[in-house]
Amino acid sequence: MEILMSIVVGVLFTSAVYLILSKSLLRVIIGTALLSHGAHLLLLTMSGLKTGDAPVLLDGVTSYTDPLPQALVLTAIVISFGVTAFFLVLAYRAYQELGTDNMEEMKGNESND
Amino acid sequence: MSLLHIAIVLPFIAAVFIPFLFKGFRNIHTGWFVLLVPLALFIYFIQYLPVTSGGQTVSKTFEWIPSLGINFNAHVDGLGLLFALLITGIGSLVVLYSIYYLAKEKEALHNFYVYLLMFMGAMLGVVLSDNLIVLYMFWEFTSISSFLLIGYWYDKERSRYGAQKSMLITVFGGLSMLGGIVLLYIMSGTFSIQELISMSGSLMQDPMFIPAMLLILLGAFTKSAQFPFHVWLPDAMEAPTPVSAYLHSATMVKAGIYLVARMSPVFAESGIWLWLVAGFGLFTLFWGSFNAVKQTDLKGILAFSTISQLGLIMSLLGLGAAALHFDQLDENIYMGATIAAVFHLINHATFKGSLFMVAGIVDHETGTRDIRNLGGLVNLMPITFTIALIGTFSMAGLPPFNGFLSKEMFLLATLEILEFNLFSMDTWGILFPVIAWIASVFTFIYSIMLLFKTFLGKLQLDKLPKKPHEAPIGMLISPIVLGALVIVFGFFPNLLSNSMIKPAVEAILPSLVDSGQEVYVNIYFWHGFTPELFMTIGIVLFGTLLYATLGKWQGIYNRIPEQFTINGVYDRGLEKGESGSFKLTEGIMTGYMRTYLLYIFGFFVAILLSTLVVRDAFSIDTSNLAEIRIYEVILAVVMIASAITILFAKSRLTSIIALGAVGYSVALFFVFFRAPDLALTQLVIETVSVALFLLCFYHLPEISRKEERMGFRFGNAVISILVGITITLIAISAYSNSSVFESISQYHIDNVYKLAAGGNMVNVILVDFRGFDTLFEICVLGVAALGIYAMVHFRGVRRQKG
Repeated sequence: MEILMSIVVGVLFTSAVYLILSKSLLRVIIGTALLSHGAHLLLLTMSGLKTGDAPVLLDGVTSYTDPLPQALVLTAIVISFGVTAFFLVLAYRAYQELGTDNMEEMKGNESND
Repeated sequence: MSLLHIAIVLPFIAAVFIPFLFKGFRNIHTGWFVLLVPLALFIYFIQYLPVTSGGQTVSKTFEWIPSLGINFNAHVDGLGLLFALLITGIGSLVVLYSIYYLAKEKEALHNFYVYLLMFMGAMLGVVLSDNLIVLYMFWEFTSISSFLLIGYWYDKERSRYGAQKSMLITVFGGLSMLGGIVLLYIMSGTFSIQELISMSGSLMQDPMFIPAMLLILLGAFTKSAQFPFHVWLPDAMEAPTPVSAYLHSATMVKAGIYLVARMSPVFAESGIWLWLVAGFGLFTLFWGSFNAVKQTDLKGILAFSTISQLGLIMSLLGLGAAALHFDQLDENIYMGATIAAVFHLINHATFKGSLFMVAGIVDHETGTRDIRNLGGLVNLMPITFTIALIGTFSMAGLPPFNGFLSKEMFLLATLEILEFNLFSMDTWGILFPVIAWIASVFTFIYSIMLLFKTFLGKLQLDKLPKKPHEAPIGMLISPIVLGALVIVFGFFPNLLSNSMIKPAVEAILPSLVDSGQEVYVNIYFWHGFTPELFMTIGIVLFGTLLYATLGKWQGIYNRIPEQFTINGVYDRGLEKGESGSFKLTEGIMTGYMRTYLLYIFGFFVAILLSTLVVRDAFSIDTSNLAEIRIYEVILAVVMIASAITILFAKSRLTSIIALGAVGYSVALFFVFFRAPDLALTQLVIETVSVALFLLCFYHLPEISRKEERMGFRFGNAVISILVGITITLIAISAYSNSSVFESISQYHIDNVYKLAAGGNMVNVILVDFRGFDTLFEICVLGVAALGIYAMVHFRGVRRQKG
């Protein structure tokens, strides 16, 4: 299962990097969102999958899934959401001000200063 | 801090007060105040003469950074004192001369004297420091003050060019020298020159010895204008003439000579040292004298002449290293080279200083320094002519002046080196007297040219901007004093031999003196019909012949095309360096984010994949894997399909929805992997994110609403596939090795209820065991919210401007 998940994560990273390298700002942001999905899954995978029950204390259960990576992923999800939201609004404001979402056109040059 | 230290920094202290004196006493020339400083120092240093001529040295310690071994240790021995007397003595004369040369109404005298005093103090620091780092500090001070002085008339373009050139070259050398100093410190563990000398034998064996020597020599050669670093000196002639006389003939350019002499005891046993110092010196001697004949500007001739004479002293110092290979002092013929070097050092400072002042007087009184416009000034300026005659004849090496004596000693030294049977000197050494003789012929030619074309021949009044007349007496005092010294040292050279030359030679060759023997310096005027006398006669005859036929062969100078000269190489090098680095930056910094991301990802892949391959780190271990169920395979396929869909979607809406699909599959995976809290959060957040994406999509500007498929780029595809492969490989390898240590989670599982009174382990970890993370994660959200609010709310800065 872990090898399968590693491959899935690899595919997510591939698509994310390809999107990040594209011209359109919106696609770049989609790429970063994909990248964070990949990272979260990778975090969880690396601690081992399905080693026990959900980490909620129950009588009679002896083996639980590792709770620590879950806590880490939860933190990461919230942070990446904050950053994505900020980034999206930034892109929205950039559309409004510059009238474009093309990264190539956003190249800084002397006349724009 | 002893009196000696105060003496060294006195010029710096005095420099602080100069601007106040300049502003406060407008009707007195500021130079008169300045004059007191070098005079006082000269008298102070004279007192050390009996000490050093008795073979003693004086060392005074002043702790600066003792923990790093950097202390301002002043050390007075024969060599240091000789330089200190030159610096203060000629310094006094130059200040006196400058009082009459620079008008107090027109010039920014406070700047001039502040720079000059800075330079004087720095130079004293260089020659009297025992600590190499302190020496380096003062060394760079001389570079900086020289830069300021060359650019004194900063509104002139040539001045700025000359200042920049000298700065670049001398600072390049200075930094190399610092490298050499650091290497010496690594080898020996000390910055003290005296301690280095005492362990010079063991240093020879060190593999760093040669690099250290080369770096130190680079510093010395750039400062002392040795070939091919001499190019800055002729351009430094844009400085006011007192500066040229002081810095660029008598003192600063001799700092490199000083360094070579000072470090001789450390390095000179090596044959490389002998060949490098003597060889570069000799070639510089030839090159400088050869090029001096071409010049038409008085100061240009003098600049190339200085280069050539510095080469002469340098080669003598190199030849003097031969003396170290023979123990017997009384029969050591090679020591004559070192004596000649010290003697010529003094001689050159006297006659070159006076000649620069003469050039300044001619410039001041006629308005031009071009020898093509000058001539026939002998009747108008008889005193100046006399001084010039003494100076040029001494420079040419004619009796009865001091230049004759040192030139004879130089020729003798080049002849004696033929008998030296180490370092293949006995075969290639024949070049030394031959080149020395040719160079001396050229020296004779330009000396005579300097004198005759300026003062003899026809007076061309129509070409002169001013009506010439004799200079005021104040301006003449300094060159007269120097000219008188030329004659005095010429007739009574032994005045110097015991008081100054002997202690200096003892400082340059300490290992010979250690065995209790005494250096015996006796300079004769006449020592019979020796080979060097015939060489001098040959120089005079041949030089006269060549001077008489100058017009016929001068054409050879035009044969050398401009771009092959060292100046051409320097200029083009600077230009190419600038345009090259500009092109490089233009090429790398395209301004497109994609390029930079390509660099980053490319580097990421290159480093990680190559590490994987080089360390053979890839491993796969299937023993520890969880089983795969069909649901999960389906989910994985869905997820991969949606991720790929995003890449090929034509419409942005499709990509947003596909992204949502990926997010919800991640949530489902969380369910499969027994992570209920994660699944919950992921679902909610994915929903909000997709809403935000849609908001963004809706507000796309009209013009670029045109939907298009993402263009395919091969480079992007390669890089992203490589990134994916790298991640997968590393993930598999890492997981295969992950069972080396137990997880710490058993502690959380055991204590979640006992210590924290909770059942949900993830939540207890978030708010209890690792509550700090959560606190700052809340901060991140808060900051993001505030930032979004600010972005939306505060706008219009741009519009108000536009």
